[in-house]
Amino acid sequence: MNSVVPDNKPIGRSRFSVDLKTWGPFIALVALAVLGVLINPAFLGLDNLSNMLTRSAFIGIIAIGATFVITAGGLDLSVGSMAAFIAGVMIILMNSLVEQFGAGLTTIFLGVGASVLLGLCAGFINGVVTTKGKIEAFIVTLGTMGIYRSLVTYLADGGTLSLDWGVRDIYRPVYYGSLLGIPVPVLVFLVVAVAGYILLNHTRFGRYCFAIGSSEKVAEYSAISVDRIKTLTYMLQGLCVALATIIYVPRLGSASGATGVLWELEAIAAVIIGGTVLKGGHGRIWGTVVGAIMLTMIGNILNLTDAISNYLNGTVQGIIIIVAVYLQRASWRKSAP
Amino acid sequence: MSRQNQPLLSARGISRSFGQNQVLFDIDLDLAPGEVHALLGENGAGKSTLVRILSGYLSPTSGDVCLEGEVRRYRNSGEAEADGVVMIHQELALAGQLSVEENIFLGRELRRGPFLDRRAMRERASETLAELETRVDPRARVKDLSTSAQQMVEIAKAITRDVRVLIMDEPTAALTEHEVGVLFELIARLRKRGVAILYISHKLREIEQIADRVTVLRDGRLIDSGPMAGRSKEEMARLMVGREIRDMYPERTTLESDAPVVLEARDMVVPGAVKHASFTLRRGEVLGFGGVVGAGRTALIEALLGLRERRQGQVLRNGQPVVLRHLRDAVGQRIAYLTEDRKGKGLVLNMGLRPNLTLLNLRAYCHPLIDRRQEEQAFQEAIERFDIRLRTEALTASELSGGNQQKLLLAKVMTIDPEIVIINEPTRGIDVGTKHQIYHFVRELTDAGCSVILISSEMSELIGLSHRVAVMCAGVLTGVLEGEQINEQEIIQYASGIKGVGVDEQRRA
Repeated sequence: MNSVVPDNKPIGRSRFSVDLKTWGPFIALVALAVLGVLINPAFLGLDNLSNMLTRSAFIGIIAIGATFVITAGGLDLSVGSMAAFIAGVMIILMNSLVEQFGAGLTTIFLGVGASVLLGLCAGFINGVVTTKGKIEAFIVTLGTMGIYRSLVTYLADGGTLSLDWGVRDIYRPVYYGSLLGIPVPVLVFLVVAVAGYILLNHTRFGRYCFAIGSSEKVAEYSAISVDRIKTLTYMLQGLCVALATIIYVPRLGSASGATGVLWELEAIAAVIIGGTVLKGGHGRIWGTVVGAIMLTMIGNILNLTDAISNYLNGTVQGIIIIVAVYLQRASWRKSAP
Repeated sequence: MSRQNQPLLSARGISRSFGQNQVLFDIDLDLAPGEVHALLGENGAGKSTLVRILSGYLSPTSGDVCLEGEVRRYRNSGEAEADGVVMIHQELALAGQLSVEENIFLGRELRRGPFLDRRAMRERASETLAELETRVDPRARVKDLSTSAQQMVEIAKAITRDVRVLIMDEPTAALTEHEVGVLFELIARLRKRGVAILYISHKLREIEQIADRVTVLRDGRLIDSGPMAGRSKEEMARLMVGREIRDMYPERTTLESDAPVVLEARDMVVPGAVKHASFTLRRGEVLGFGGVVGAGRTALIEALLGLRERRQGQVLRNGQPVVLRHLRDAVGQRIAYLTEDRKGKGLVLNMGLRPNLTLLNLRAYCHPLIDRRQEEQAFQEAIERFDIRLRTEALTASELSGGNQQKLLLAKVMTIDPEIVIINEPTRGIDVGTKHQIYHFVRELTDAGCSVILISSEMSELIGLSHRVAVMCAGVLTGVLEGEQINEQEIIQYASGIKGVGVDEQRRA
């Protein structure tokens, strides 16, 4: 027999706790923004805002992919190295295509296409090894993280891979350009976020991610192809990494062994700050978007003030991550997808 | 009440609310030493809440828990245990990666100086397990044990403590008949030692057998309390449900003589679980599967459905061979499966009720985005059809009572509009009223031309519902009983391998 109430859970379901849970990340974001304005009125300047959003786009796009992986009970530590590797291959490919097609759009399209393909493949490998090999995602992606990192270092021969200057001029607008006054990376971020939101909350795939993350057994007994859905989440993650890389390459026009270092942790941090549960079963795209913006905002605010050294960026981020999760923990079980 | 029979543990005017929802109203209950006190009630009647309060897991909203007349305010279960009030959980609470002996002494390890006294612990664990007549190795890891063995470990854990009041919440739900017998002997010994025992069960026959006193709860209120002597099962059932339960088992649907075989399994072999089993299922028929826990019934059915690996075997649907590699394939053949583990495999506990309902057949609600309105409509229909009772607007499946979870699970598998429904232990841990509803639902299914496979450890259920009963023993399908053969004695003989075909003949059959 069971009582009608849940076991070992906080009792009562006040409106307030639910609202805090849903709106917590947004409230924190607003609070940070207010702090930013108080420190330096230039914070709310259009230049600063658009600069900040543009910078958060990389981590944000990757984190949206990570939201799916984590919601379905997985984890991908390889995204940073994967980004560096994809960037490296993309640059080498485009440089060699210049001889044949010249520094034109064809070269860039082929490079972009290769990037997407590579991302999907890398995700597929992570997914298949995790599901078919029955190895924990942490271990598999820790392995591939090392592999991609060393591969890019090898490709660059320990140095830096630089994109052909001719290609660079044409490719430049993808990072530096804007449409209707909105920087291209921000637009891509927005499109990916909206698509991710619909996918996670309004499609079968998303619903299955929730179910699998909550209980793989129940999912299996509900006729869900658990392995296939999980593999798809890693492929989606790979696609997001590829998209982020496509925007990232024109920014510096180079890739090296130091590209994308610690991106995986920033992406996971953004996901967690946003209220997605690390052990799976519950995910929120808008939370992730807010989380990614918050992480960039912290760095930005520290840049605008002399009160705290910019070198303490990591410290402030760390504190915010822990506090955010602490605030959410008490109530996350309450909500249903 | 005489002087020496002064209650050991008592509840005085206990009420409990969760938010706006009051689940217990002013309950008085006395547990006397050397007495087995049965607590009865439907799912959601408040039994679990009451025993959790008595054993310190919850605190009452008002009222007191008294030990020997003294008011105790337990802040956690540890304080209650220090007083000798121990509860055996319905849901097993063991650490899977630890050994049996480590679990038995978890949190109160025997020590010699700063170090663990492993030898002493092993000895005491072995003694206790021997007393329970289980062949569990104290060094075995708990996660490798069967559910019934785990339940015995849980019991061993409780009785190695200095127990004065023992509270058991459905201890026999996962036990084999033999183990139940052993448990009852143990209860008799504990009773002689002067332990007060509070026993929750839905099995009225058990209660008739062991209880001295009985208390009935309904909707959080105490309906009746008194000595067991002179009470009939029927009377207790009526008190629990609040109405007369007549014809517990509906009449069976009459089978047409030419009813075609809709499902056939031939020579199924599951490594380590099933040896060469074959059976057929006809249209409109209820085929029961009897046998003790672990006889291979679930393994056979799950292998058939593609949920487990099988070494060999063929499945025919309407006479045509079909390949079922994944449950999805079975669903495609309109075969629905209701698992026996509704919390572990049936429902996503932290998900809402609507997503749970539609999960199995979500495709039907996607165009291509999930149509929430259609989902809501399906949910309202399911509430109506399966009489799912939402006392509060439950947000997640974990908040439903066991009976309502079972109904939701039933509703979930019915979303595929199946022709064959396989039900595994449909009434485990479920109250009389819900059982009754489920039995009548089976009848409705067969009336509508569906076929049902019913795996059950409850003998009366098999006898009351099945047209034929297949009995398994140690992985062998020992026989299929029909007509007059379907009685308790026959089933037990086939289930224990005394009667029926052996492995070699089974191969031919």
